[in-house]
Amino acid sequence: MSAVLEVTDIKKSFGGIHAVSGVSFDVREGEILGLIGPNGCGKSTLFNCILGQLTPSGGEVKLDGQVVTGLRPSELNKLGVSRTFQLLQVFPKLSVRENLILAGQEHQGNMASRLVGRSDAGLTDAANQMIGFFKLDHLAEEPAGGLSYGQQKLLDAAMAFMGGPRLVLLDEPAGGVNPSMLADLKERLVAINREKNATFVVIEHNMEFVMSLCSRVMVMAEGKVLAMGRPDEVRKNPAVIEAYLGH
Amino acid sequence: MSSYAKPLKIALGLAVIAGLIVVPMNFNRYGLFILSQWAVMSIAAMGLNLTLGYAGQVSLAQGAFVGIGAYAAAIMTTHGWPLPAAILVAIVLSFAVGWVLGYPALRVQHHYLAFVTLAFSTLAFLVFRNESWLTGGIYGISNIPRPHIFGIATNKPLPFYYVCLGSLAIVSLAVWWLIRSPWGRAFMALRENPLRAQSLGIDTRRYTLMAFAIGSALGGVAGALYAPLTQYIDPVPFNLSLSLDLLMMVIVGGAGFYFGPFLGAMIAVLLPEWLRFTEGYYLMLYAVAVMLLLIWSPTGILGILDRYMAARRTKAASALRAVAKSRLETVQ
Repeated sequence: MSAVLEVTDIKKSFGGIHAVSGVSFDVREGEILGLIGPNGCGKSTLFNCILGQLTPSGGEVKLDGQVVTGLRPSELNKLGVSRTFQLLQVFPKLSVRENLILAGQEHQGNMASRLVGRSDAGLTDAANQMIGFFKLDHLAEEPAGGLSYGQQKLLDAAMAFMGGPRLVLLDEPAGGVNPSMLADLKERLVAINREKNATFVVIEHNMEFVMSLCSRVMVMAEGKVLAMGRPDEVRKNPAVIEAYLGH
Repeated sequence: MSSYAKPLKIALGLAVIAGLIVVPMNFNRYGLFILSQWAVMSIAAMGLNLTLGYAGQVSLAQGAFVGIGAYAAAIMTTHGWPLPAAILVAIVLSFAVGWVLGYPALRVQHHYLAFVTLAFSTLAFLVFRNESWLTGGIYGISNIPRPHIFGIATNKPLPFYYVCLGSLAIVSLAVWWLIRSPWGRAFMALRENPLRAQSLGIDTRRYTLMAFAIGSALGGVAGALYAPLTQYIDPVPFNLSLSLDLLMMVIVGGAGFYFGPFLGAMIAVLLPEWLRFTEGYYLMLYAVAVMLLLIWSPTGILGILDRYMAARRTKAASALRAVAKSRLETVQ
């Protein structure tokens, strides 16, 4: 399998603090890679460097073999890289449906056609499909800010999938989501992964969720890669137990 | 939503439009001037509502763009150019300057951005006042002609009022189209959550610049109508206080609501006139009225309506839920 994402020696420091100090890994097409590690180990900073939200102090990011380091988040998104956020990031005053339409609209046409062309062009249908897929039907007209935390998390995930991305980086999708909804979310993620051939990288603290969802798991500690491997391997790794999982 | 709400809205809209056309036929010169001013200020406030209300970019420079449009029109029409050509130049000029003014917004936001635009406002005023070779300086430009539209002279107040009203109609339709297009949604995304917008492929830089440029261009249109309306301009009406007035119109009417600027401009232009009978006190009463309104509803007049509608919707929804629940219980 070829690599969708290749990350080589990414570094990021804030003043004297080295948040990420030389991380390299690759993500194979169609896989679900877990990314775990203690709080403050640099997981989210790494995500932000890959996604262009932060400019890395060094290193290189390749998407399908093309160097994409330094591209803006919007440009990366148009190349098929999408993300969800650790903290809620929806458009609170817009309805659930409008949130999803917004998430898809920049993936069709150009600036001119988005102004003078037909303003819908299948977007509402696509949004409704996504609403059905994430079982948000009864909330479609509600302002996103009025949804519960877990529902907003689902919406956030649904938005990430609107443009039909190839690679999705999910930052703690299970955080604050109740157990029954979590099973649902996992099922949705697996379905999208298989049916749409989308590749995922998932940051998560919920071990059960990560271990059952991911084909490989990468463990970070203090800005570096501590271990990488199949979930059962990683779980037995003494260094990982020492740094993160505990005895 | 109930089934009769839409036809009701359309009927109300048509009645207002008919009223705006028919009723002023009996107005005197002064009444027509005030109403024309309302139309012109509505256009400028609609531009600011786009930049501030929809895209969330604070600007204290809208008055400066009205000034740019007014001087462009005054200079061109006193040199024999037709008004439509002058309006076109005003649009292009304020669009370009607005685009450039948008660049600071890519780096600073909120009150920092307010200060940047405030500085620009002061700069524009100084250009109007000091570059007398172009603008006539403190003496201004007088004898600004009113146009012939389709061969009809609009010198008299009533025909020129229709020019202003017609322009307002065109701008209203254009803005309606814009905010319902994906651009309008992208502007709202800038306001609501720029971080999320970026990660969804929304080119926040380009849309921010566009929000500034288009909003400013509407300021320019308003200015290009203001010049032939007053037929004399000098720098004073375009100082910072006009920008603040326009900001107040947007906030009082309801920022981010389509009809906000119409209402806001109505209050800002008409209320002082209605309060004139109180003589020396009218400005004070006006100030108190605005303060009370904003304390009651920080989201402006349309914010009150919006809250009322939302409350009704929630009530209807919870009633539906209660019915559904009781049915479930009977089934069990």
